[in-house]
Formats: sequence, structure tokens, C-alpha cells
Amino acid sequence: MAETISIKDAKFCPSGQTTAQDLARMSSEPALGADALTPYVQTKTGGEKSIDLMISGAHCSGCMAKIERETTALPGILLARMNLSTMRLNVQWRGDDGEAETIVAKLEQLGYGAKPFNMELEPLAQKKRVSFLLKAMAVAGFAMVNVMMLSVGVWDGGEMIASERKIMHWISAAIAIPAAAYAGQPFFRSAFAALKNKHTNMDVPISLAVILAISLSIYETIHNNQHVYFDAAMMLLFLLLIGRYLDNRLRLKTGEAAQRLAAMQASTASLISSDGTIMSVPAAMIKPDDHLMIAAGQRIPVDGEIIKGHSDIDTSIATGETLPLAAAPGDKLYSGMINLSAPLTMKALAVSGDSVLSEISKLVEVGEQKKSKFVRIADRAAQLYVPVVHSLAAMTFIGWLLLGSGDEVLRTASLNAIAVLIITCPCALGLAVPAVQVVASGRLFRKGVLIKSGDALERLAKADYIVFDKTGTLTLGSLQLSNMDEIAANTLETAAMLARASRHPVARAVAAAAGPGPAAENILEIAGQGVEAVIGGKTIKFGSASFVGAHNKASGTESWLRIGKAKPVCFMFKDTPRLDARTTIEDLKKRGLGVELLTGDKKEIASETAAGLGIDIWQAEISPQGKLARLDELKAQGHLTLMIGDGINDAPALASAYASASPSGAADVSRAAADIILQGNKLSGLITALSISKAAGRRVFENLSLAVIYNMIAVPLAVFGFVTPLIAALAMSGSSMLVTLNALRLSRR
Amino acid sequence: MEALLYLIPLAIGLGAVGLTAFFWTIRSGQYEDPKGDASRILHSEDKPIVDEDDL
Repeated sequence: MAETISIKDAKFCPSGQTTAQDLARMSSEPALGADALTPYVQTKTGGEKSIDLMISGAHCSGCMAKIERETTALPGILLARMNLSTMRLNVQWRGDDGEAETIVAKLEQLGYGAKPFNMELEPLAQKKRVSFLLKAMAVAGFAMVNVMMLSVGVWDGGEMIASERKIMHWISAAIAIPAAAYAGQPFFRSAFAALKNKHTNMDVPISLAVILAISLSIYETIHNNQHVYFDAAMMLLFLLLIGRYLDNRLRLKTGEAAQRLAAMQASTASLISSDGTIMSVPAAMIKPDDHLMIAAGQRIPVDGEIIKGHSDIDTSIATGETLPLAAAPGDKLYSGMINLSAPLTMKALAVSGDSVLSEISKLVEVGEQKKSKFVRIADRAAQLYVPVVHSLAAMTFIGWLLLGSGDEVLRTASLNAIAVLIITCPCALGLAVPAVQVVASGRLFRKGVLIKSGDALERLAKADYIVFDKTGTLTLGSLQLSNMDEIAANTLETAAMLARASRHPVARAVAAAAGPGPAAENILEIAGQGVEAVIGGKTIKFGSASFVGAHNKASGTESWLRIGKAKPVCFMFKDTPRLDARTTIEDLKKRGLGVELLTGDKKEIASETAAGLGIDIWQAEISPQGKLARLDELKAQGHLTLMIGDGINDAPALASAYASASPSGAADVSRAAADIILQGNKLSGLITALSISKAAGRRVFENLSLAVIYNMIAVPLAVFGFVTPLIAALAMSGSSMLVTLNALRLSRR
Repeated sequence: MEALLYLIPLAIGLGAVGLTAFFWTIRSGQYEDPKGDASRILHSEDKPIVDEDDL
């Protein structure tokens, strides 16, 4: 079969990082036709055409160079530029819209998948916000160092006379006022929005402190007094903007991962029109009751029912089952499943908008909203902090007004009240939590664990019950030949000659075990049975026991090979557990955490896996809704669950669990829903993540304690009027440094 | 103290140049693809200045 040979010919990732998923994709997804691509081609003002493609299967800089070089070499191409961070390729050319098809075919030939990217999905608003925060940070940093340079001169300038000091103050004002107006916007906007809704958040005291510090300094500058607070205000802004920028960038990356889900949706379908001709149309245009042709190897574009043909269907994306199911007329198919062995005709039941995939995406959204109800720790602190600080400032003002005497009593009272507000500005508090989170996520990143939301660490540390999915999570998700030692090399090679032409997971496993080689000619594949071919005058059958005329041996997955009339040979297959699955589970149990297995797979397979890995509690043949129900049950029992899963069917459970994790090979929708992503074929990252999250929790507690101690010392000084700008600057930067250094301790061990 | 008359503007001016350069790097999209840019330098399209056949 031509497709199989094209896989062998395709040049893979030059650094050899091509994964099993890439191979599966290459063989199961045909290149998109012109009809599916032209709606995404944009025409520029000069008449040049442009398209953005999401590339899958690219792993390294070699892939990028290869893609750019080979695409540019096509006739008429003006520019091909790939973004390795977002995995998007922008191609521009002069000529026909249909050229897009040639480009995609070329990429497919190189071994990469290409799907058009809908520019409407671009998170422009978030991108703008991140870029603005970066600019604001730069401005605040610039202003901070320059104002500080001047104020050090004032503090140390023993021989400085009043007029010189005045000049220094005015220059500081000229730098700090516009800088604060620009760089403070993120805080001012958020504080204003909160106040308008009669709420309060951390940005309210921050904005108030910045505005008051600047206003007070302007007043003091005009009256030629000794103390100004410009440096304190700028430092506050700069330090807080660092945390804000890192936090927003983390969230932008998460949003981009979710977008890839949209690109993954099957986007074309072969429609059989009333006169019998077949045409390729975008999946979004399919109406219920339309008849569709599904070729072998194609992804099911919309939900439907088979009306003609028998085939094997890979349902793992929807049910988590490793083995394909035989499908016959009357059976239902869901979008995202893959038709493996024979062409089918199906009738569309639901349109793309309400197919299972879209429904699951919606479930994820609901789960995410649920999660955001966890009030962020800093905002929770603000709700206590703001009233306390503000009443303290008010009391200072009243106290100085009542107890003071002389002409300047009003000024002294307001000065001291403002000093209280500035010194209590939650700098340490605002930095304490984000600093720990940034350091912890950086350390986990180096260990191959991606943390997607800031509060995930906090939740991970508290989780006490771990729920695993099986296929693709505890196991590698692909079958492997388990009794290779018992099979003669030439027998294996004969089986491989038949297997290389098939997309069935069992055939894949045999082909993988035998390595590259030739495929037999004129292979007949019978859906749900096996493959048959004539080699050297002998009829060779490879398939189920009944197909070759053998007796079932064991309960596991097996296939039989029979050459002519010879005795059939048994091939056994297993979905092997990840290498470190057992040790990881032992480790989790040692930590006193509950471990449970929930899988959509068959009972026998689930019990074998559970026994092999030492999991005592397990449930098999469980639906996505069933997983959700079990999680709710655990929640009702007072458990804080950590769900680890990879399939589309796990996504709702991942989103609704207290905390969640996905292996990196997971379906995009699951990766989008999970709090952490474990990279590489390893589960041990989970243990690392748990221990780092515990350590991070301790650091947050220490930092908050430091902030409290700092306030206990600094606030009385401010209340009783001892705070000069020098003390304010030292105290503020001192406490910020202290919490940052404490957070950095995390990255050492 | 007279030195301050030109030292302060000079210091601020130098800082401003740096700030402007940073804004320019943001505007020209230099932070859009850090991963790609880091590896792009390893795959230069340069060819020998003198064609080897001419030697």
C-alpha cells in the first residue's frame, strides 16, 4: 500500500525526535485538499497570498530549517517563516489560492502535519497585554535606577545646599511622574475596575500607595522640603510589574495550547452528493443526514452512523480503549475517532458545533470557571489587609491631629498617615507569592514538568488522593509485542511483511518489532479479522484465532500467524506500563496518598495493570461522565483529588478535579485542561512536582510571615512619625529582597 | 558640582537610548519566537564567498 511506503520515505526530524504519535498521525491523516485550505488564504494589499499553518511533528531547529528551506524552494514562494515557539508557519506566495495545497502536500511529504490556522483564534488582547507589561516594566526600571541615582546623591550629599537639592528633586519628579503614569496603568485600571464593582483587590492599596507617594513628593518638592518618595514609588512599581509580567506570560502560553485543539478538529469531509459524486468540503459545512465517505485511515469529521461497510475503529480518543472496535452498519461514530481498515459510508447525525469534541471542550470551559472561584491568595489577603491598613492610616491621622500642636499639625498628621500607607504597601506581600511561584515553576520546567497556572502549586501541595487514567497515562498507550523471544526471526519477518500495510495497532506493533523492510503485495485486509496474502505460493494469514483456525490461548491481546497449513504461531501483545509507573505509585503510597485507577478499558486489562502496578482500588469500563461522578463522590468524602489523564475522555475529569496533570503525549484538550504537564515518557515528574509544591507552600508561608514581621516593625515607626524616605526605601527594598532571596532558595535544592 | 550639569543629562540620556532600543526590540517582534531565533543562527544560509569551482 502506497501510504505505508510514503512513511518510510518521509524524512523525519533530523535529530531523531520523531515520536510514535507523529508516525500515527502521518499514517492516519491524509493531507488536506485545496477546498479545505482556500478559505484560510488571505490576500495582501500587493496581491500576495498568505496562509498560516499549524505544524505538528516539528521538534527541533533542524525541523524548522528543513521546513523553511523546502517550502521556499517551491515555485512562486516569496517567504516561509516558522515560529518554533508557537509551531506556526507563515507562507507567502504570488499566484493562485490553490498553491496552498501544494505547500501542505510538500510538508506532508517531509513528514510534518499541517493544518490551517484560523486567525480569529489569535489571542490578540492577551498578547497586547503581555507586550504592554514588558514595556511598562522597562519604563519603571529605567525610572527607578535614574531616580535612585539622584536620591542617593541627596541622602549622601552632606555639602549639598537647598537649591541643589531642589534641582535634584525636580529632575526626579520629571522622570517619575510620567513613568508612574505610564507604568502604573495595569494597577490603576484593575483597582478602578474593582472599586467600581464595590470590590477590593491587591491593586487598590498598590495604586493608592503609588499615587499618594507621588502626590506627597510633588507637594514636598514644591515646598522645597527635604524628603521625597519618588524612588520608593518607582521601585514598588518595578518589582510588582516583574511578577505581573511573568504571571501573564504564563497564562498566554496556556491559551495558545488551547488553540491547538481547534486546529486538531477534523476539518474536511468527503461528501457524497445526491448524484453520487464525491467532493471534499470543510467539516463545518456538513448538515445532519448528509452522506459521507470515510476512507481507511481517515479521522471521523462529525458524529454519525455507519450505513455501509465494515471496518475497525480506533476509539481510544473517546473511550480510552487500546484495541480498535469492529464497526458495522448501524454503529455510531464520534468525531475524532479514526477509521482503520476499510472505507465506510456514514450518515451525519450532528453538525460540528455540537459534536462530542465540542461538547467536551465546553465541559472543560465549565470546569475552568469552577476553578477560578479559588480566590487567589494575594486577593484573599487583600480583603483582610486593605481595611486594616486604611483604618490604621486614618487613626494615625486623627491621633496626630488630636495630640499634636503648633501651626503645622495638619501637615504632620497627613505626612505620617501617608507614610503609614506607603510603608504598608504590600510590596513584600505582592512579591511573596509570585516570586515563589516563578522560582518553583522554573525549577519544575528544568525537571520536565510544565506548570500552567500560578495557583496550581498551591492546590498540588494539598492534594491527598491521586486518580490515574490507564491508557497513555500509566501505560505507553501503544501495544508492544511481548513474546518476541518465543518467535523465530523469519516468522516475525513474514508477519511483518503482512503487518506493514495495515494501520491496526497490532500490526503496528509487529512492524515496529521487526524493523523496516518490504511489505507483501496484494494484501487483503478483512475488518475485525486480520490480513491475508500469498507469498511464494503459500497463503499466509495473520489475525484473530478464528481467522487462522487456532484456539484462543490466553485472556490478553493476541494474534496468530499461519503460513500455509503449518501450525499457527501465537503473537502476544501488551500495552506496557511506563518504566517508572510502579516506582512512582509505590512512592505515592509511601507518602500516604490514596491511589486509584479509573479507565474506559476492559475489566481484564484493567485488573492486570492494577495488579502489576500495585493499585488496590480500580474501576474499568467507566465513561467520562462516570469519571466525573467518581470524582464528585471523592470530593463529597472530603478528599482533594489529583487527576492524571491523557485522553479526550479524561478532559472533563481533569477540569473538575481539585488539581490535574497530563503526560505530554496527551490529547490537546486534556493538556489544555490540566494544571501540570509531565514531559518525556516519565511519571516520576509527578513526585518532583509534589515535593516542590510542598516546598513552595512552605516558602510562601515563610514569606508571608516575613512580610508580617516587617510590617510589625515598620508600621509603628510610621505611626509615630519616624519614617524618612531613606527608611522607607531601605525597609521596602530590604523586605522585597528578603522574600525574593527566600524564594530563590527553592531553586537550589 | 558643575560636572553634574552635563553628567546627569548624560546619564539619563544614555538610559533613554537603552529604553528606546528596548521598545524597538519589542515593536519589531524580537520576543515572538525566542526558541526559533536561538536556533536560527545555527542554520545560516550563507555560502562561501568564492565559488569553490572557480578555485
